[in-house]
Amino acid sequence: MSREITITALKYNPSDADSQPTFETYTLEETPGMTLYIALTKIKATIDHDLSSDFVCRAGICGACGMVVNGKPSLACKTLTSSFPEGKIDLLPLPTFPLIKDLSVDTGSWMQKMNIRVNSWIVANEPTDISKIEKRISPDVADEVFELDRCIECGLCVASCSTSLMKEDFVGAVGLSRIARFSIDPYDSRTDEDFYELIGDDDGIFGCMSLLACEDHCPKELPLQTKIAYMRRKMVMV
Amino acid sequence: MSQNDIIESITGKTVQKKKSKIPARLDLLQSISGLFLALFIVFHLIFESSILLGKESMYSLTKMFEADFIIEGGSPLIISMLAIIISILFVFHAFLAMRKFPRSYREHLRLKTHAKMLKHTDTNLWILQITTGFMLFFLGAIHLYTMMSQPQNIGPYASSDRIYTDLMWAMYLLLLVSVVLHTGAGVYRLIIKWGIFDGKNPRRNRILSKNIIKAVVVFYLFIGLYSLATYMKIGYEHKDNYGERYHSTSEVNHAS
Repeated sequence: MSREITITALKYNPSDADSQPTFETYTLEETPGMTLYIALTKIKATIDHDLSSDFVCRAGICGACGMVVNGKPSLACKTLTSSFPEGKIDLLPLPTFPLIKDLSVDTGSWMQKMNIRVNSWIVANEPTDISKIEKRISPDVADEVFELDRCIECGLCVASCSTSLMKEDFVGAVGLSRIARFSIDPYDSRTDEDFYELIGDDDGIFGCMSLLACEDHCPKELPLQTKIAYMRRKMVMV
Repeated sequence: MSQNDIIESITGKTVQKKKSKIPARLDLLQSISGLFLALFIVFHLIFESSILLGKESMYSLTKMFEADFIIEGGSPLIISMLAIIISILFVFHAFLAMRKFPRSYREHLRLKTHAKMLKHTDTNLWILQITTGFMLFFLGAIHLYTMMSQPQNIGPYASSDRIYTDLMWAMYLLLLVSVVLHTGAGVYRLIIKWGIFDGKNPRRNRILSKNIIKAVVVFYLFIGLYSLATYMKIGYEHKDNYGERYHSTSEVNHAS
Protein backbone atom coordinates (compact mmCIF):
# COMPACT_ATOMS: atom_id res chain seq x y z
CA MET A 1 0.00 0.00 0.00
CA SER A 2 1.44 3.35 -1.02
CA ARG A 3 1.79 6.30 1.34
CA GLU A 4 2.18 10.04 1.02
CA ILE A 5 5.62 11.49 1.56
CA THR A 6 6.63 15.11 2.03
CA ILE A 7 9.82 16.49 0.56
CA THR A 8 11.12 19.86 1.68
CA ALA A 9 13.79 21.47 -0.48
CA LEU A 10 15.78 24.68 -0.29
CA LYS A 11 14.90 27.02 -3.13
CA TYR A 12 17.27 29.81 -4.00
CA ASN A 13 18.83 31.23 -7.11
CA PRO A 14 21.95 33.22 -6.20
CA SER A 15 22.22 34.65 -9.72
CA ASP A 16 18.74 36.20 -9.45
CA ALA A 17 18.79 39.40 -7.39
CA ASP A 18 15.08 39.02 -6.54
CA SER A 19 15.41 35.42 -5.32
CA GLN A 20 14.93 34.86 -1.57
CA PRO A 21 16.20 31.65 0.09
CA THR A 22 13.16 29.67 1.19
CA PHE A 23 12.06 26.12 1.95
CA GLU A 24 9.38 24.62 -0.28
CA THR A 25 7.43 21.55 0.78
CA TYR A 26 5.98 19.07 -1.72
CA THR A 27 3.58 16.22 -0.99
CA LEU A 28 3.48 13.26 -3.34
CA GLU A 29 2.49 9.63 -3.45
CA GLU A 30 5.30 7.14 -2.94
CA THR A 31 5.62 4.39 -5.53
CA PRO A 32 7.34 1.00 -5.05
CA GLY A 33 11.13 1.24 -5.32
CA MET A 34 10.97 5.03 -5.55
CA THR A 35 14.35 6.70 -5.30
CA LEU A 36 14.83 10.31 -4.37
CA TYR A 37 15.83 10.97 -7.96
CA ILE A 38 12.47 9.58 -9.17
CA ALA A 39 10.62 11.63 -6.54
CA LEU A 40 12.39 14.83 -7.62
CA THR A 41 11.66 14.09 -11.27
CA LYS A 42 7.98 13.63 -10.36
CA ILE A 43 7.94 16.92 -8.44
CA LYS A 44 9.58 18.75 -11.34
CA ALA A 45 7.14 17.22 -13.85
CA THR A 46 3.91 17.65 -11.89
CA ILE A 47 4.29 20.19 -9.06
CA ASP A 48 7.18 22.63 -9.50
CA HIS A 49 8.81 23.00 -12.93
CA ASP A 50 11.18 25.55 -11.46
CA LEU A 51 12.90 23.20 -8.98
CA SER A 52 16.51 22.51 -9.97
CA SER A 53 18.58 19.44 -9.18
CA ASP A 54 21.31 17.60 -11.08
CA PHE A 55 21.41 14.09 -12.49
CA VAL A 56 22.98 12.19 -15.38
CA CYS A 57 23.28 8.42 -15.01
CA ARG A 58 20.54 7.61 -12.44
CA ALA A 59 22.62 4.59 -11.38
CA GLY A 60 25.18 5.80 -8.83
CA ILE A 61 27.93 6.01 -11.43
CA CYS A 62 28.25 9.66 -12.43
CA GLY A 63 27.99 11.28 -8.99
CA ALA A 64 25.98 14.25 -10.27
CA CYS A 65 22.94 13.95 -7.99
CA GLY A 66 24.67 14.49 -4.64
CA MET A 67 22.66 16.46 -2.09
CA VAL A 68 22.15 16.65 1.65
CA VAL A 69 19.29 14.30 2.56
CA ASN A 70 18.00 14.68 6.11
CA GLY A 71 21.39 16.07 7.08
CA LYS A 72 23.46 13.39 5.36
CA PRO A 73 25.26 13.88 2.05
CA SER A 74 23.83 11.21 -0.27
CA LEU A 75 23.24 10.41 -3.93
CA ALA A 76 19.57 10.98 -4.83
CA CYS A 77 19.61 8.06 -7.27
CA LYS A 78 20.85 5.62 -4.60
CA THR A 79 18.51 6.79 -1.85
CA LEU A 80 15.18 5.01 -1.52
CA THR A 81 12.33 7.13 -0.17
CA SER A 82 11.20 4.03 1.74
CA SER A 83 14.34 4.30 3.89
CA PHE A 84 12.65 7.18 5.74
CA PRO A 85 9.93 5.58 7.88
CA GLU A 86 8.28 8.89 8.76
CA GLY A 87 8.04 9.84 5.09
CA LYS A 88 9.56 13.28 5.68
CA ILE A 89 12.63 14.17 3.66
CA ASP A 90 14.57 17.45 3.89
CA LEU A 91 16.86 18.33 1.01
CA LEU A 92 19.70 20.82 0.86
CA PRO A 93 22.37 21.46 -1.76
CA LEU A 94 25.85 20.10 -0.96
CA PRO A 95 27.76 22.66 1.08
CA THR A 96 31.31 23.77 0.15
CA PHE A 97 30.53 23.79 -3.59
CA PRO A 98 29.26 26.91 -5.41
CA LEU A 99 25.45 26.93 -5.43
CA ILE A 100 23.94 27.14 -8.93
CA LYS A 101 20.25 26.98 -7.98
CA ASP A 102 18.12 25.12 -5.41
CA LEU A 103 19.72 21.64 -5.09
CA SER A 104 22.10 22.10 -7.99
CA VAL A 105 25.76 22.81 -7.20
CA ASP A 106 28.91 23.17 -9.26
CA THR A 107 31.09 20.26 -8.18
CA GLY A 108 32.88 20.25 -11.57
CA SER A 109 34.85 23.46 -11.08
CA TRP A 110 35.87 22.40 -7.56
CA MET A 111 37.02 18.97 -8.76
CA GLN A 112 38.90 20.47 -11.69
CA LYS A 113 40.76 22.86 -9.38
CA MET A 114 41.52 20.01 -6.97
CA ASN A 115 42.77 17.71 -9.75
CA ILE A 116 45.08 20.42 -11.05
CA ARG A 117 46.31 21.20 -7.57
CA VAL A 118 47.21 17.59 -6.72
CA ASN A 119 48.52 16.88 -10.26
CA SER A 120 46.06 14.05 -10.59
CA TRP A 121 47.80 12.25 -13.43
CA ILE A 122 50.63 9.80 -14.01
CA VAL A 123 54.04 11.40 -14.09
CA ALA A 124 56.62 9.14 -15.74
CA ASN A 125 60.30 9.86 -16.13
CA GLU A 126 60.67 7.72 -19.22
CA PRO A 127 58.75 8.25 -22.45
CA THR A 128 56.15 5.57 -23.11
CA ASP A 129 57.06 3.20 -25.92
CA ILE A 130 53.70 1.94 -27.20
CA SER A 131 55.40 -0.70 -29.38
CA LYS A 132 56.44 -2.60 -26.23
CA ILE A 133 54.33 -4.45 -23.71
CA GLU A 134 53.87 -2.48 -20.49
CA LYS A 135 55.93 -3.58 -17.53
CA ARG A 136 54.06 -5.98 -15.29
CA ILE A 137 52.69 -5.05 -11.89
CA SER A 138 51.36 -7.44 -9.28
CA PRO A 139 47.59 -8.01 -9.22
CA ASP A 140 47.42 -6.91 -5.58
CA VAL A 141 48.97 -3.53 -6.39
CA ALA A 142 46.76 -3.16 -9.46
CA ASP A 143 43.70 -3.92 -7.33
CA GLU A 144 44.72 -1.28 -4.82
CA VAL A 145 45.15 1.32 -7.56
CA PHE A 146 41.90 0.42 -9.34
CA GLU A 147 40.03 0.43 -6.04
CA LEU A 148 40.84 4.14 -5.64
CA ASP A 149 40.08 4.75 -9.31
CA ARG A 150 36.45 3.88 -8.53
CA CYS A 151 36.01 7.42 -7.12
CA ILE A 152 33.23 9.19 -9.02
CA GLU A 153 34.04 12.67 -7.68
CA CYS A 154 30.49 13.12 -6.40
CA GLY A 155 31.72 15.45 -3.64
CA LEU A 156 29.94 13.68 -0.77
CA CYS A 157 33.24 13.23 1.08
CA VAL A 158 33.90 16.97 0.78
CA ALA A 159 30.37 17.91 1.87
CA SER A 160 30.55 15.64 4.93
CA CYS A 161 33.99 16.87 6.03
CA SER A 162 34.18 19.42 8.86
CA THR A 163 37.57 20.69 7.69
CA SER A 164 36.28 21.25 4.14
CA LEU A 165 33.35 23.19 5.51
CA MET A 166 35.56 25.46 7.59
CA LYS A 167 38.54 25.80 5.25
CA GLU A 168 37.69 26.42 1.61
CA ASP A 169 41.17 25.51 0.32
CA PHE A 170 41.27 22.07 1.97
CA VAL A 171 41.90 19.45 -0.69
CA GLY A 172 39.43 16.97 0.85
CA ALA A 173 39.43 13.18 1.03
CA VAL A 174 38.94 13.03 -2.74
CA GLY A 175 42.23 14.91 -3.30
CA LEU A 176 44.12 12.87 -0.71
CA SER A 177 42.86 9.60 -2.18
CA ARG A 178 43.99 10.74 -5.65
CA ILE A 179 47.50 11.27 -4.30
CA ALA A 180 47.38 7.87 -2.56
CA ARG A 181 46.34 6.29 -5.85
CA PHE A 182 49.36 7.69 -7.73
CA SER A 183 51.66 7.03 -4.82
CA ILE A 184 50.79 3.30 -5.01
CA ASP A 185 50.95 3.13 -8.81
CA PRO A 186 54.34 1.73 -9.97
CA TYR A 187 53.92 3.54 -13.30
CA ASP A 188 54.17 6.87 -11.50
CA SER A 189 57.77 7.87 -10.92
CA ARG A 190 57.09 10.63 -8.38
CA THR A 191 58.74 10.32 -4.97
CA ASP A 192 57.28 11.08 -1.56
CA GLU A 193 59.17 14.40 -1.72
CA ASP A 194 57.24 15.25 -4.89
CA PHE A 195 53.91 14.33 -3.29
CA TYR A 196 54.83 16.41 -0.24
CA GLU A 197 55.07 19.45 -2.49
CA LEU A 198 51.43 18.84 -3.47
CA ILE A 199 49.77 18.02 -0.14
CA GLY A 200 52.34 18.71 2.59
CA ASP A 201 50.50 21.55 4.32
CA ASP A 202 47.43 22.41 6.41
CA ASP A 203 45.27 22.60 3.26
CA GLY A 204 46.46 19.10 2.43
CA ILE A 205 47.14 16.00 4.50
CA PHE A 206 47.88 17.90 7.73
CA GLY A 207 44.52 19.70 7.59
CA CYS A 208 42.68 16.38 7.85
CA MET A 209 41.43 15.75 11.38
CA SER A 210 40.52 12.09 10.74
CA LEU A 211 36.83 12.49 11.60
CA LEU A 212 36.10 9.98 8.82
CA ALA A 213 32.73 11.42 7.79
CA CYS A 214 34.23 11.06 4.29
CA GLU A 215 34.62 7.30 4.70
CA ASP A 216 31.19 6.93 6.31
CA HIS A 217 29.37 8.80 3.50
CA CYS A 218 31.32 7.63 0.43
CA PRO A 219 28.73 6.01 -1.87
CA LYS A 220 31.46 3.85 -3.42
CA GLU A 221 32.75 2.72 0.00
CA LEU A 222 36.33 3.63 -0.83
CA PRO A 223 38.97 2.83 1.82
CA LEU A 224 39.54 6.48 2.72
CA GLN A 225 40.36 5.78 6.38
CA THR A 226 43.36 3.61 5.56
CA LYS A 227 44.57 5.58 2.55
CA ILE A 228 44.55 8.94 4.34
CA ALA A 229 46.44 7.38 7.30
CA TYR A 230 48.85 5.81 4.79
CA MET A 231 49.55 9.19 3.15
CA ARG A 232 49.92 10.88 6.54
CA ARG A 233 52.52 8.32 7.64
CA LYS A 234 54.39 8.79 4.37
CA MET A 235 54.28 12.59 4.36
CA VAL A 236 55.33 12.99 7.97
CA MET A 237 58.51 10.99 7.25
CA VAL A 238 59.57 13.17 4.28
CA MET B 1 64.06 37.80 11.76
CA SER B 2 65.76 35.59 9.19
CA GLN B 3 65.54 36.35 5.50
CA ASN B 4 64.45 32.74 4.95
CA ASP B 5 61.35 33.31 7.09
CA ILE B 6 60.50 36.49 5.19
CA ILE B 7 60.90 34.72 1.84
CA GLU B 8 58.72 31.79 2.96
CA SER B 9 56.04 34.06 4.41
CA ILE B 10 55.75 35.91 1.09
CA THR B 11 56.22 33.13 -1.45
CA GLY B 12 54.86 30.18 0.52
CA LYS B 13 58.07 28.29 -0.31
CA THR B 14 61.43 27.97 1.41
CA VAL B 15 64.58 29.38 -0.22
CA GLN B 16 65.10 25.92 -1.73
CA LYS B 17 61.72 26.49 -3.47
CA LYS B 18 60.24 23.64 -1.44
CA LYS B 19 57.29 23.40 0.92
CA SER B 20 58.21 23.81 4.58
CA LYS B 21 58.49 20.61 6.63
CA ILE B 22 57.16 22.46 9.68
CA PRO B 23 53.47 21.43 9.13
CA ALA B 24 54.60 17.76 9.12
CA ARG B 25 56.62 18.23 12.32
CA LEU B 26 53.74 20.06 14.02
CA ASP B 27 51.27 17.33 13.09
CA LEU B 28 53.56 14.65 14.51
CA LEU B 29 54.43 16.66 17.62
CA GLN B 30 50.74 17.28 18.32
CA SER B 31 50.20 13.52 18.34
CA ILE B 32 53.34 12.74 20.36
CA SER B 33 52.64 15.40 23.02
CA GLY B 34 49.02 14.18 23.21
CA LEU B 35 50.19 10.58 23.59
CA PHE B 36 52.58 11.47 26.45
CA LEU B 37 49.87 13.48 28.21
CA ALA B 38 47.40 10.61 27.74
CA LEU B 39 49.88 8.13 29.24
CA PHE B 40 50.47 10.52 32.13
CA ILE B 41 46.71 10.81 32.79
CA VAL B 42 46.23 7.03 32.58
CA PHE B 43 48.77 6.50 35.38
CA HIS B 44 47.92 9.67 37.31
CA LEU B 45 44.27 8.70 37.74
CA ILE B 46 45.22 5.19 38.83
CA PHE B 47 47.68 6.55 41.42
CA GLU B 48 45.20 9.21 42.55
CA SER B 49 42.56 6.51 43.11
CA SER B 50 44.87 4.71 45.54
CA ILE B 51 42.70 6.44 48.18
CA LEU B 52 40.12 3.73 47.42
CA LEU B 53 42.53 1.23 49.01
CA GLY B 54 42.79 3.36 52.15
CA LYS B 55 44.59 6.41 53.51
CA GLU B 56 47.76 4.45 54.18
CA SER B 57 48.02 3.29 50.55
CA MET B 58 47.59 6.83 49.23
CA TYR B 59 50.12 8.15 51.74
CA SER B 60 52.69 5.49 50.85
CA LEU B 61 52.30 6.21 47.15
CA THR B 62 52.64 9.97 47.72
CA LYS B 63 55.82 9.42 49.68
CA MET B 64 57.14 7.07 47.02
CA PHE B 65 56.72 9.84 44.41
CA GLU B 66 58.52 12.17 46.77
CA ALA B 67 61.36 9.59 46.65
CA ASP B 68 61.32 8.77 50.36
CA PHE B 69 63.25 5.60 49.52
CA ILE B 70 66.33 7.73 48.84
CA ILE B 71 65.51 11.04 50.57
CA GLU B 72 64.45 10.77 54.20
CA GLY B 73 60.83 11.91 54.57
CA GLY B 74 60.60 12.50 50.79
CA SER B 75 60.94 15.77 48.88
CA PRO B 76 57.79 17.51 47.53
CA LEU B 77 60.11 19.41 45.17
CA ILE B 78 60.04 16.32 42.93
CA ILE B 79 56.28 16.78 42.51
CA SER B 80 56.88 20.45 41.62
CA MET B 81 59.40 19.44 38.99
CA LEU B 82 57.01 16.88 37.53
CA ALA B 83 54.23 19.50 37.47
CA ILE B 84 56.55 21.91 35.60
CA ILE B 85 57.41 19.25 32.99
CA ILE B 86 53.73 18.34 32.51
CA SER B 87 52.81 22.06 32.31
CA ILE B 88 55.31 22.62 29.51
CA LEU B 89 53.95 19.61 27.62
CA PHE B 90 50.38 20.76 28.33
CA VAL B 91 50.97 24.30 26.97
CA PHE B 92 52.84 22.90 23.96
CA HIS B 93 50.03 20.45 23.16
CA ALA B 94 47.33 23.14 23.63
CA PHE B 95 49.26 25.50 21.35
CA LEU B 96 49.47 22.86 18.59
CA ALA B 97 45.86 21.68 18.99
CA MET B 98 44.51 25.25 18.82
CA ARG B 99 45.44 25.34 15.12
CA LYS B 100 42.42 23.12 14.42
CA PHE B 101 39.85 25.12 16.38
CA PRO B 102 37.14 26.93 14.40
CA ARG B 103 37.90 30.64 14.60
CA SER B 104 35.55 32.97 12.74
CA TYR B 105 31.79 33.26 13.18
CA ARG B 106 31.31 31.61 9.78
CA GLU B 107 33.46 28.63 10.73
CA HIS B 108 31.58 28.21 14.01
CA LEU B 109 28.20 28.46 12.29
CA ARG B 110 29.13 26.02 9.55
CA LEU B 111 30.53 23.49 12.02
CA LYS B 112 27.54 23.80 14.36
CA THR B 113 24.86 23.34 11.69
CA HIS B 114 26.87 20.65 9.91
CA ALA B 115 27.36 18.58 13.08
CA LYS B 116 23.72 18.94 14.14
CA MET B 117 22.42 17.83 10.76
CA LEU B 118 25.02 15.14 10.07
CA LYS B 119 24.58 13.31 13.42
CA HIS B 120 27.95 11.65 12.84
CA THR B 121 29.59 10.10 15.92
CA ASP B 122 33.21 10.92 15.08
CA THR B 123 32.35 14.51 14.12
CA ASN B 124 30.48 14.94 17.43
CA LEU B 125 33.40 13.31 19.20
CA TRP B 126 35.70 15.96 17.80
CA ILE B 127 33.39 18.72 19.01
CA LEU B 128 33.53 17.07 22.44
CA GLN B 129 37.32 16.99 22.09
CA ILE B 130 37.64 20.72 21.34
CA THR B 131 35.07 21.63 24.03
CA THR B 132 36.85 19.62 26.73
CA GLY B 133 40.20 20.86 25.39
CA PHE B 134 39.01 24.44 25.82
CA MET B 135 37.85 23.67 29.38
CA LEU B 136 41.23 22.11 30.14
CA PHE B 137 43.03 25.35 29.23
CA PHE B 138 41.63 26.74 32.47
CA LEU B 139 40.98 23.71 34.69
CA GLY B 140 44.29 22.03 33.89
CA ALA B 141 46.16 25.30 34.48
CA ILE B 142 44.60 25.69 37.96
CA HIS B 143 45.48 22.13 38.96
CA LEU B 144 49.01 22.27 37.57
CA TYR B 145 49.75 25.58 39.26
CA THR B 146 48.46 24.19 42.58
CA MET B 147 50.74 21.18 42.23
CA MET B 148 53.71 23.37 41.29
CA SER B 149 53.21 25.83 44.13
CA GLN B 150 51.93 23.53 46.90
CA PRO B 151 53.45 20.09 46.30
CA GLN B 152 53.66 19.53 50.05
CA ASN B 153 49.85 19.57 50.28
CA ILE B 154 49.34 16.13 48.80
CA GLY B 155 48.20 13.36 51.08
CA PRO B 156 45.07 11.71 52.49
CA TYR B 157 44.18 14.70 54.69
CA ALA B 158 45.88 17.53 52.76
CA SER B 159 44.22 16.57 49.45
CA SER B 160 40.85 15.94 51.11
CA ASP B 161 40.98 19.31 52.92
CA ARG B 162 41.75 21.03 49.62
CA ILE B 163 38.88 19.25 47.88
CA TYR B 164 36.25 19.64 50.63
CA THR B 165 37.06 22.59 52.88
CA ASP B 166 38.83 24.69 50.21
CA LEU B 167 35.86 24.05 47.89
CA MET B 168 38.02 22.71 45.07
CA TRP B 169 35.68 19.77 44.50
CA ALA B 170 33.70 21.54 41.77
CA MET B 171 36.89 22.31 39.85
CA TYR B 172 38.12 18.74 40.27
CA LEU B 173 34.78 17.32 39.17
CA LEU B 174 34.85 19.33 35.93
CA LEU B 175 38.55 18.61 35.48
CA LEU B 176 38.06 14.87 35.93
CA VAL B 177 35.18 14.60 33.46
CA SER B 178 36.81 16.83 30.84
CA VAL B 179 40.26 15.23 31.08
CA VAL B 180 38.92 11.65 30.87
CA LEU B 181 36.65 12.44 27.91
CA HIS B 182 39.38 14.44 26.17
CA THR B 183 41.95 11.70 26.69
CA GLY B 184 39.57 8.99 25.47
CA ALA B 185 38.62 10.94 22.34
CA GLY B 186 42.26 11.88 21.76
CA VAL B 187 43.57 8.33 21.98
CA TYR B 188 40.85 7.12 19.61
CA ARG B 189 41.78 9.92 17.21
CA LEU B 190 45.45 8.91 17.38
CA ILE B 191 44.58 5.32 16.52
CA ILE B 192 42.54 6.39 13.49
CA LYS B 193 44.79 9.23 12.37
CA TRP B 194 47.90 7.07 12.09
CA GLY B 195 46.11 3.82 11.20
CA ILE B 196 47.63 2.07 14.23
CA PHE B 197 45.17 -0.84 14.44
CA ASP B 198 43.94 -0.89 10.83
CA GLY B 199 44.84 -4.58 10.40
CA LYS B 200 43.13 -6.60 7.70
CA ASN B 201 39.69 -5.19 8.48
CA PRO B 202 40.07 -1.47 9.27
CA ARG B 203 36.32 -0.79 9.45
CA ARG B 204 35.73 -3.52 12.02
CA ASN B 205 38.85 -2.53 13.95
CA ARG B 206 37.69 1.10 14.03
CA ILE B 207 34.45 0.03 15.75
CA LEU B 208 36.42 -2.27 18.05
CA SER B 209 38.85 0.55 18.96
CA LYS B 210 35.94 2.86 19.70
CA ASN B 211 34.23 0.30 21.93
CA ILE B 212 37.42 -0.47 23.86
CA ILE B 213 38.07 3.26 24.39
CA LYS B 214 34.45 3.73 25.56
CA ALA B 215 34.87 0.94 28.14
CA VAL B 216 38.17 2.41 29.37
CA VAL B 217 36.60 5.90 29.63
CA VAL B 218 33.71 4.49 31.70
CA PHE B 219 36.21 2.68 33.96
CA TYR B 220 38.28 5.83 34.47
CA LEU B 221 35.21 7.98 35.10
CA PHE B 222 34.05 5.43 37.67
CA ILE B 223 37.31 5.22 39.61
CA GLY B 224 37.80 8.99 39.29
CA LEU B 225 34.35 9.88 40.61
CA TYR B 226 34.54 7.22 43.32
CA SER B 227 37.92 8.59 44.42
CA LEU B 228 36.62 12.17 44.42
CA ALA B 229 33.68 11.10 46.57
CA THR B 230 36.10 9.34 48.93
CA TYR B 231 38.27 12.48 49.23
CA MET B 232 35.06 14.46 49.90
CA LYS B 233 34.06 12.03 52.68
CA ILE B 234 37.52 12.17 54.28
CA GLY B 235 37.52 15.99 53.93
CA TYR B 236 34.10 16.23 55.60
CA GLU B 237 35.17 14.00 58.49
CA HIS B 238 38.43 15.94 58.83
CA LYS B 239 36.98 19.45 58.54
CA ASP B 240 37.38 20.24 62.22
CA ASN B 241 41.07 19.36 62.01
CA TYR B 242 41.75 21.29 58.81
CA GLY B 243 45.46 21.64 58.19
CA GLU B 244 46.46 18.57 60.18
CA ARG B 245 48.60 16.18 58.17
CA TYR B 246 48.28 12.41 57.91
CA HIS B 247 50.91 10.31 59.61
CA SER B 248 51.66 6.79 58.52
CA THR B 249 50.55 4.05 60.91
CA SER B 250 54.16 2.84 61.00
CA GLU B 251 55.34 6.34 62.03
CA VAL B 252 52.64 6.51 64.74
CA ASN B 253 53.56 3.03 66.02
CA HIS B 254 57.24 3.94 65.96
CA ALA B 255 56.59 7.19 67.88
CA SER B 256 54.51 5.41 70.54
